Amino acid sequence: MSEKKTPVLEVKELGIDFGGLTAVNDLDMSIYNEEIVGLIGPNGAGKTTVFNLLTKVYTPTRGNIFFDGKDTAGKTVVEINKAGIARTFQNIRLFDNLTVLDNVKTGYHNNIKYSPVSAVFRTPGYYAKEREIEGKSRELLEIMELGQYADVTAGNLPYGAQRRLEIARAMATEPKLLLLDEPAAGMNPQETEDLMRMIRFVRDHFKIAILLIEHDMQLVMGICERIYVLNYGMLLAEGLPAEIQANPEVIKAYLGD
Amino acid sequence: MKEKKSIFSFLLDNRHRSRTISYAMVAVAYIVLEILLKSGNLSSLFTGLLVPATCYLVAAIGLNLNVGVSGELNLGQAGFMAVGAFSGVCVSGLLKASVPAIPRLILAIIVGMLLTAFVGFLIGIPVLKLQGDYLAIVTLAFGQIVMNLIMNLYVAFDSTGLKVAFVENNFELQPGGKYLINGPMGATGTERIANFTAGTILVVFALIVVYNLIYSRNGRAIMAARDNRIAAESIGINIAKTKMMAFVVSAALAGAAGALYGLNYSTMVASKFDYNTSILILVYVVLGGLGNINGTLISTVVLFLLPQLLRGLQDYRMLIYAVILIVIMLVTNNEFLKTKAAAFRRKKNA
Ligand SMILES: Nc1ncnc2c1ncn2[C@@H]1O[C@H](COP(=O)(O)OP(=O)(O)OP(=O)(O)O)[C@@H](O)[C@H]1O
Ligand SMILES: [Mg+2]
Repeated sequence: MSEKKTPVLEVKELGIDFGGLTAVNDLDMSIYNEEIVGLIGPNGAGKTTVFNLLTKVYTPTRGNIFFDGKDTAGKTVVEINKAGIARTFQNIRLFDNLTVLDNVKTGYHNNIKYSPVSAVFRTPGYYAKEREIEGKSRELLEIMELGQYADVTAGNLPYGAQRRLEIARAMATEPKLLLLDEPAAGMNPQETEDLMRMIRFVRDHFKIAILLIEHDMQLVMGICERIYVLNYGMLLAEGLPAEIQANPEVIKAYLGD
Repeated sequence: MKEKKSIFSFLLDNRHRSRTISYAMVAVAYIVLEILLKSGNLSSLFTGLLVPATCYLVAAIGLNLNVGVSGELNLGQAGFMAVGAFSGVCVSGLLKASVPAIPRLILAIIVGMLLTAFVGFLIGIPVLKLQGDYLAIVTLAFGQIVMNLIMNLYVAFDSTGLKVAFVENNFELQPGGKYLINGPMGATGTERIANFTAGTILVVFALIVVYNLIYSRNGRAIMAARDNRIAAESIGINIAKTKMMAFVVSAALAGAAGALYGLNYSTMVASKFDYNTSILILVYVVLGGLGNINGTLISTVVLFLLPQLLRGLQDYRMLIYAVILIVIMLVTNNEFLKTKAAAFRRKKNA
């Protein structure tokens, strides 16, 4: 990473308390454009909480989050997505009763618009925009290798496909930064291998930054260019995969004393 | 193998099948009933039920958007019908001398619909920001409040103009003056300008609005907000705005239905629109299947007509009614039948 580039995401001394519990504290983090960065740490380290802070589900107790050079303080969940941050969820959250294709189409809600009046009266504008939404959604389904499932109800998808659908839906909001919370959880090694290829393709094709939480070290070491390690809500280490793998502090945090 | 497709195949693909069936059912019902009506083969009891049936259909189709598609419990649909009914009656009464019946009916329905939409919007502002059962409680209260307000409302006009009073009826009318709404006695002396054709057109209008909304960007957002609020917000969907749209459209359709209903009777009391009526419409929607418009059409017609037509069977009436309720519930909400139907469709398409 060139030092002169401004980061797409910059986190400064970020912290949050839940009552007496300090879940995240004094976190500094920078993500640059077109990077794939890992966020790892033992269970309960505060990784998902960081995602919830970045996406405004939680309001920080301390510190600042700058996205695209602008302070995000006071923004809502909806506004932060419009600004360009999209995410997936550790515990899958799909629109279970909609088809796979409609789940992705829903992601274009703010980027390809027409009025409800033109929907009710089926104006030419409605058809044009719907065609555009359909085309782009199918393209995302192909990228995430979900084409065959387009008309399946999302709730009936196999587990691994559900996780990939969450990524496709998030990408439909055309983000600059994509946050993936344990995208390979519950996948077998072959599925994980395929997923890594797709994540890399998404980054290369759409030229976005990706921050991902993952326990699967095969995936983390395989695709992350930089890694942050969180322990008890604090930053334990930051560096290249090889550095992290060799770091005695990290090994100790993972294996226990 | 490539299938040869007829130009009409779009009518029966997965997405459009239920919509096509809806329109077909309405068209067939209308043609059959009109023929019976014109040839004098319909009893006067049954004839009198046609317009109110279309009113309940429109209100129920609207409510399904709110309860089934958007997933919010609304116990005040009758209150919205009341707003449309009494405003529609006033519009028609005021324009009686100057506008012929058909444009007057259309105008009354439009005014009733828009006014009710606005009332729905006002109610929705505080309520739709909250989660859970608040909407059910507030809409229940709303329906009762509207009913009681109208029961204390006096609207009249004479040569000096329009007069409105609340609780105490203290105006003296010039000779030739007339009450449009007379407090607890409700709307009186209304000219009956509603008819079955207008009701059917309104049903088709309701179907077009609801189906076209469901198969659109807004419809997807409404269903997304229902299925998973947190995920919907995470992709930039404004939940309150989305729920508001379903709520207001549902109210507007109830208002239109109310206006038509009001103009079908020479007298109408506000107590007709109490919570029993709201619950009744909700029962049509729930038994027809949440989000299932065809189910709503069938269950509304059957459940509305049945109690009336079973009058002759006195003792067995409620028993038969209960059995039919259960059968409808089983047929429209049965997982086994749904899976069978899906399998059948797949086989047919293969
Ligand atoms: N809303 C909340 N209220 C109270 N405590 C919370 C809340 N959210 C998270 N926590 C606590 O913050 C800590 C960090 O949780 P978090 O879910 O961020 O961990 P994680 O690193 O994602 O763990 P895992 O790998 O198991 O997913 C935990 O102790 C958790 O109980
Ligand atoms: Mg987590």
